[in-house]
Amino acid sequence: MRRLLPHPLLAPILALIWLLLNNSAAPGHILLGLLLGWFIPWFTLRFWPERVRLRRPLTLLRFIAVVLYDIVLANLIVARRILGRPAALRPAFVRVPLELKSDLAISLLANTICLTPGTVSAQLTPDRSCLLVHGLHVPDAEALVTSIKQRYEAPLKEVFESC
Amino acid sequence: MLSYVLPIAFALVALAVVLNFWRLIRGPSLPDRILALDTLYVNTIALLVLLGIHLASPLYFEAALLIALMGFVGTVALCKYLLRGDIIE
Amino acid sequence: MLEYLLSFLILGGAAFTFIGSLGLARLEDFYTRLHGPTKATTLGVGSLLIASALYFSTRGEGMSLHEVLVTLFLFITAPVSAHLLAKAALHLKLPSLAAVPEDNPPAHPVGNSPGPGPHKRA
Repeated sequence: MRRLLPHPLLAPILALIWLLLNNSAAPGHILLGLLLGWFIPWFTLRFWPERVRLRRPLTLLRFIAVVLYDIVLANLIVARRILGRPAALRPAFVRVPLELKSDLAISLLANTICLTPGTVSAQLTPDRSCLLVHGLHVPDAEALVTSIKQRYEAPLKEVFESC
Repeated sequence: MLSYVLPIAFALVALAVVLNFWRLIRGPSLPDRILALDTLYVNTIALLVLLGIHLASPLYFEAALLIALMGFVGTVALCKYLLRGDIIE
Repeated sequence: MLEYLLSFLILGGAAFTFIGSLGLARLEDFYTRLHGPTKATTLGVGSLLIASALYFSTRGEGMSLHEVLVTLFLFITAPVSAHLLAKAALHLKLPSLAAVPEDNPPAHPVGNSPGPGPHKRA
């Protein structure tokens, strides 16, 4: 099983992308998409060293919903900041200590931070213990760190690394 | 309704492109210029999508997809060049 | 009804695209400039693409969802390029309004020695 289907999640995702790319749901395309979804992970095996396991799909769905909501909210806030006086901004660099260990979870966290309220992840320390984050307007650094850890890191940890 | 909204949207995105060009020409540092180029790609996608709706033709989607792919690869390559001082090592 | 929704999405998308570029042109240092394009522009173009998907899906020629692909792609790639740009700016030590933490070791050693790459080669 492991050798025949190395990444069971990747196959349906690739098939779905193939259908979207062709903009059709004809049976032939579904078959071809599933074939590609089986074949591509199989011969790109070396690029995927770790096996992805989703522990709690419901938590993942809730996380995605929270992130989408935050993206819209973040944009309204950032838009107001841009239109307001630039001198009123208080940008700051903040360090976020990481508890996540796996590559995928850390990349997902960095990506979410970049998309949500006024923050961009800037650098990961080589030992993966700390993420440097730049905030557009940070009145309270502590509150920013706790909100990132509670809102985004905790669900990701639950989904990808639950013990 | 749509015929009133589309020209406004075109004007807004075109203004955005002008602002990007301003930053591209002025931009004091290299990352500023790369950021301006990256935004330019994304705004071009917006213009193409609007043109597609305006002309009611789905053909422009392929161009938008290509620009998205190439723009991302270009930005990453330029950033890597700044970080490492070399592309082919 | 649909026409109003479409107009709302198109106007909102164009406005966000414009605001993102305004932030790029207007703010004062590189790190704050980075915020406009990565967030506002991504959402703006995303909502334009969704408007386009709605428009072509409701013209009676069947569903048209391939715009969703571009939206997804943008939402995945925009943070990656923002992160790389911020990293490059830190590497070049660009002037910043915020204090840059000093004790941060550079991710890649300066010079020609190849640093620890992200790929583990087998």
